[in-house]
Order: sequence, then structure tokens, then C-alpha cells
Amino acid sequence: MTQAPVNRIIPFSTVDGPGCRTAVFLQACNLSCGYCHNPETQNLCLHCGKCVDACPAGALSKQDGRVIWDAAKCEKCDTCLQVCPHRASPRVQWMTPEAVLRQVAAPFVRGITVSGGECMLWPPFLQELFTLAKRSGLTCLIDSNGTFSFAEYPELMQVCDGVMLDVKAWSPQVFRTLTGGENDTVRQNVSFLAETGKLAEIRVVCGQTDADDVLAGTAALLGERVGRTRLVLIAFRPAGVRGPFADMEPPSAQEMERLRAFARTVGFSRIVVK
Amino acid sequence: MLDLNAVYETVTSRSLTHEQKVMTLAKHAENALDVLPIPARTQHYFETGAINDLFEGHAPYRPRYILPDYPRFLQNGSEFLHLDPPKTLDELLFSLMILYRHVPSITNFPVYLGSIDKLLDPFLEGYSDEEIKEKLRLFLTYLDRTITDSFCHANIGPEQTRAGQLLLEVEQDLQNTVPNLTIKYDPNVTPDSFMEQAILCSLRCSNPAICNDVANRRPFGEAYGVASCYNILPTRGGAYTLTRVTLTELAKEAESETHFMDTLLPECLQCIADYMNARIQFIVEKSGFFESNFLVKEGLIDKDRFLPMFGVTGLAECVNTLLAGTGKRYGNDPDADALGLRIMDRIQELVEGYEALYSPLTNGHFLLHAQVGLDSDKGITSGVRIPVGEEPESFADHLRHSAKFHRYFPAGVGDIFPIASNVHQNPAALLDVVKGAFDLGMQYMSFYSADTDLVRITGYLVKRSEMEKYRKKEAVLQQTTQLGAPNYDVNHLADRKVRMA
Repeated sequence: MTQAPVNRIIPFSTVDGPGCRTAVFLQACNLSCGYCHNPETQNLCLHCGKCVDACPAGALSKQDGRVIWDAAKCEKCDTCLQVCPHRASPRVQWMTPEAVLRQVAAPFVRGITVSGGECMLWPPFLQELFTLAKRSGLTCLIDSNGTFSFAEYPELMQVCDGVMLDVKAWSPQVFRTLTGGENDTVRQNVSFLAETGKLAEIRVVCGQTDADDVLAGTAALLGERVGRTRLVLIAFRPAGVRGPFADMEPPSAQEMERLRAFARTVGFSRIVVK
Repeated sequence: MLDLNAVYETVTSRSLTHEQKVMTLAKHAENALDVLPIPARTQHYFETGAINDLFEGHAPYRPRYILPDYPRFLQNGSEFLHLDPPKTLDELLFSLMILYRHVPSITNFPVYLGSIDKLLDPFLEGYSDEEIKEKLRLFLTYLDRTITDSFCHANIGPEQTRAGQLLLEVEQDLQNTVPNLTIKYDPNVTPDSFMEQAILCSLRCSNPAICNDVANRRPFGEAYGVASCYNILPTRGGAYTLTRVTLTELAKEAESETHFMDTLLPECLQCIADYMNARIQFIVEKSGFFESNFLVKEGLIDKDRFLPMFGVTGLAECVNTLLAGTGKRYGNDPDADALGLRIMDRIQELVEGYEALYSPLTNGHFLLHAQVGLDSDKGITSGVRIPVGEEPESFADHLRHSAKFHRYFPAGVGDIFPIASNVHQNPAALLDVVKGAFDLGMQYMSFYSADTDLVRITGYLVKRSEMEKYRKKEAVLQQTTQLGAPNYDVNHLADRKVRMA
């Protein structure tokens, strides 16, 4: 049976795509972005047990070499996340697509959005989950860092209504420094998703990156589609961030407005600034 | 007997406005009469608090709620008020302001101002949006400052109109408590864009509330209005009276579930039915209202379109009392909710068996109404709601619970949800929730943003800033601030669970 590690499920999300959606956050990511605001989603638990002693509620224990989390005792103080040396979480639950679907807040949502971590680490799970969800009339979105080629998953794309694609940096050097990964696939995905009508939105975290180049470069790839493509400009915020980025300043409101204006000059017209 | 002490207290009060003193004095005078028969068992239930007539007074001389046929007024003008049918927007607004002044109710203020968008829309041609909004601003400000009681309601929808859109724009700028606004929502008629505008407005100023038009058309077709505190009533008619059973108090006498279901409920509800019939009889046969009031003579209301509302409140505590010791709580346990449904089934069955006098529109039946409460209610949860502080963790569970219980109440029921303040960036999300809830049978819901000045108490709106003044014992314009401030504090309304955070 297909399972995936679920960090958490937000039954009524208002910030993960159009309308009300149930947002599912899968654990583990192939990147480790400097500005990641939930770094505890980056890795799977190694069962080192460091969090067990630190838990003030006694909600964690170790049995047969594995860390066990007792949801009933947990007070959600997040101490375990703070002491974890591996950017993981002992509260992750391995779930089947059926189990996830049972937590979808139907009929109060129009769809589900799967995010992460990086949810494209679990494509068979996504495909099963989306197939089931579509039978219930739900729309299915992926929120991805774009480093996995969507062109290689035609069956998944059949049941996926759209991808909210992060374009984190344009220059390979800036991307590498920020994320530890490569961005050639991200660029290919922009074109592929736009051509197949699956590009739900482009998201750009602004501040500390080459956002101007991202906007110009993405617009060039989108060509005539740029005006129809929803663009979300998100101001970098240090909340939750660990490492050097935690001390960096968020971009000013003026800087965000400058980027909005610049996005317009390269052809975007559906622009949201957050 | 005239309560002279109460009269003296009223006359010398520092916290009542002049107008409030006059109305309170009138109430003392009315209450000095003794014209309604109150049998011993009825008296007993009045004393335990199981029956509550919501201070309707001892000698009713007008129906509780009146919903005039405003379109007819616009068509015919009024002989009594020496008004020709209005021909311009200014004439329309002034005609309405004049008529509203003469529509009585239990609060002495009009509780229903009409489907205001439909009244306005034919008069807008030739005016720019800005011109209309300026006129609406004056009109609405006049209403807010002269109808000094929040139990006053205007309706819009389900159709999208220019008037409706402009009203919403003005409404969110004004931040008024009066009138309450409800939008009738039918997904087959109301465009999403109009609903999203309405939802944005309600997150900014706690108005409008949203009425499931499909479900609420059932009792009277399209000829209904939402009046006062979520009362669904026929237009060109209204409600004679409303007395409630306070299940919270009735359950305290219960020896067992069987005793409650088969002895207490039948006796107490029969007492209420008899009491309301006595009130109706006095209004219709003795008060002279239906013979003398110009609203009747000019066909703006019709005695045959009035009915009595049978109020129900405090189901939550009733269930919890009957299940005391089991740890099962209403709203959080399937057995508790099943008992709640059994109680409602029993109430429905009993109330259907009583004959309501002078109520041909309902074939002589009382209509159930989930009564939202009184300022004096302590530990009594409105209608069939889940108590504040005990709301289920899951918003979905809460909504499903509401949907199950709303269907018993053709004469109105509603739930109130504070919504996280960031939801304004995505009103479509809240509309999705409304669609789902209405699909499940929820009949009425209202929202306010968790950080707004305008707070819904049990149904009506009060400003936090005005409550502050009241607590400092300063006179406040709105009578409902005096009701709302104690209720907000006593019932811990600040602790309502914020949804969609």
C-alpha cells in the first residue's frame, strides 16, 4: 500500500490556491533553502531520540529503536522541532491516500493542495490521492519547488489540475547558493506546465535573491502566456527560519511594490503581493 | 400593580437616554395591567425560568414583529401619511424614512426595513455611483442614529443588483450597527462575485449575514423577510408573539430522560402554547391594533399573515444535564447529539399538535424558532448552538453539527463564527464553506472578523468601543449595547473559537 510521510494537514486553508482547500504537507525535501520558514519539514526522522528527553509533555518515547509520538499527550509546544539536529519532526505520520482523504474537509472545500517539504518526492502517492480526490469532485493542486520534471509523470499530470511552481532564483549560482540544488529543471517546468495548461501560479520569494532576473526570465519563457499567468510575489520573512537567513531583513513594502511594477513591465498582469 | 420604585428608578436613571426612559415608563404602565390568564403550572414554569416571554409585556397592544409590504407602499404611497408614490430617489429615501418611523414592533422600532436593494434599484437610473453612495450614506446614517436598537434588519439578494453592490460598498465604510443586513443566497441565482463582495463586507463590518434562500423559501415562498434577530417571517405579516422554552431550566426538574420527554416537555410546551394563544387573542380581539392601525387599512400588513413563533433555547445545557455524570457533552459526543436530536424531534412533534389562534398562513400551527438569548441569560446557550468554549476543534464538525439542528426551525435559527482576520485576502474560501454548509442544510450563518470593532452578540451587533463606554456607566445611544455588554462578558463571547486561522 502506498504511503507518504505527512507533516500536517490543514483542513481549511485559505492560502494554498483558489478558494477553500485542504492543504497536505508531506515531509522531506530535496533542497535545503536558506530562507525555508519550516525547516522541520526538510528531512525524515532518523530516530536518534534527542527529542524524547526534551519533550516537556512526555508525548515522545522510544520503542524498538523508533521514536513514537503520542498525539493525545502532545501540547504542540514545538520543543521537539527546535532540538532536532536533523531538521525533521517526530510528529510525522505515514498515511495512505485513503487516510488523507478522510481528513479532507468536504463539502466545505473545493479541493486539495499537496505541499511540503517537496511533495514530488512521492509521486505514486500523489497519483493515488488525486485519483481518489477527483472521484469526490475535488480539484487537486501541487505546490512544488520545480526540481522534478513534471513531463516525466504524464499519469500524475492527468489527475493534477495545476502546479503552483516556486521559481526561487534565476541564475544557477544564486539558486545553488540558496538551495543547494540545480535549477535547469525548474525552467523546463515553467515551459512544460504553461504549454500543458497546468501552471496554476508562479511563486517568487523576494528579498535575498535575484527576483528581477526571475521575473524577466520567467516572462520570456512564458511568452504570450505571461499575461494570463498568476504571479504571487511573497516577501521573505525571517519567522521560523534557521541559520544565517534568520537575521536578514525582509524586503520593504516599497521594494515589493517596485517588484510588482517591474513584473508588470515584463508582461505579468495577474499579480498578488503577499 | 404599578411598580412605583421601578418607575422612580427609570425617571432618575443616569444611564438611560430620554427616549429609553419614555419607553421603559410605557412598559411599566403596560405591566401594571393584568389581562392575561396565567394558570398555576404556567406560573410555576415562569418562576423556574423554563418559560420566558422575553419581556413582551403584560398587555400586548401590537404584534411582536411587523414586516410591511414595502413594494406596495412604494406603488400606492400612503393616504394616512399624506405621501404620493415616490418618483425620484430622494422621494423614495424620504418616504421610507417616514414610513419606518411608523412601523411598530415589540422594541417600538421597525425590525424589518425590507429587501432594500429591490426597493432602491428602480430609482437609480441617471445617477452616478458616487451620487448614489452619498445619498445612501446619509440614509443609512439616519437609520443608525434614530433606530437606536440593533434588532432591526434589512435584506438584500438573492439577485445581484447595482443597488445591492453600492449598499455593500457604503456599509463597510460606515461601520454601523443598524440595520443588520442579511443577504439571501441562492447559488443558482446569486453570482459568486456578488457573494464574495458580501463576504468581504462582512469581514470588514460584520454585515451582512448569509441566509440560505433555498431552505428558507420553504415556509412562505419568496414572500419572506429576515427580521430582528434571524426571524424568518412572512412579509405583509409577521409574528404576533414569541415565547420560549428555556430547556436549560426545564431539564433541572427532570428525574430521567423519560420524565423529561413524557412529562415535563408536554406540560411545559402546552403551557407556552396556551400562553401565546392568550397573547394573540388579546392583540387581535382587544388591543384594536388590527382595526385601527393604518398599516392594516392600507394593506401593508394583513392579519392573516401573522403567526406565533415557538422559541427554543438552551438545548446544549439540557442535553448536558440529562447526561450528567457520563462525561458526554453536547456538540462533542455522538450520544449527546443523538439525545439532542431526540429532544428536538419530541418538541417538533408536540408543537405540531397545538393549535395556534388566528394563524391561517401556517394552518393554525406555531413555527419553531431558535431563540438567541437575553442579556439576563447566564449559562444558557442560544438556541441549539454549542456553548462558547466547547466548540469542536474541527470547524467541519461544528458546521455538520449546526446543519443537523437547523432543519427544525422554519422561523429562524443561526450560528455565528469569528473568522481569522487574514481570510479577507481570499473571500472565495469562505464562500466555499458557505456553499458546503448550505448544501448540508444549514439555514443561516454570520461571520465577523476576529479583530473587528463590531461584534455579534447573540445575533445583533454591538461595538466593542461602545461596550467600553457602557461599562464605565456612560449613557450610550444604542439600547442593544446595554443588552450586549453584560452578555459579552457573562457568556465569555471573547472566547468564541476563531475559524479558518
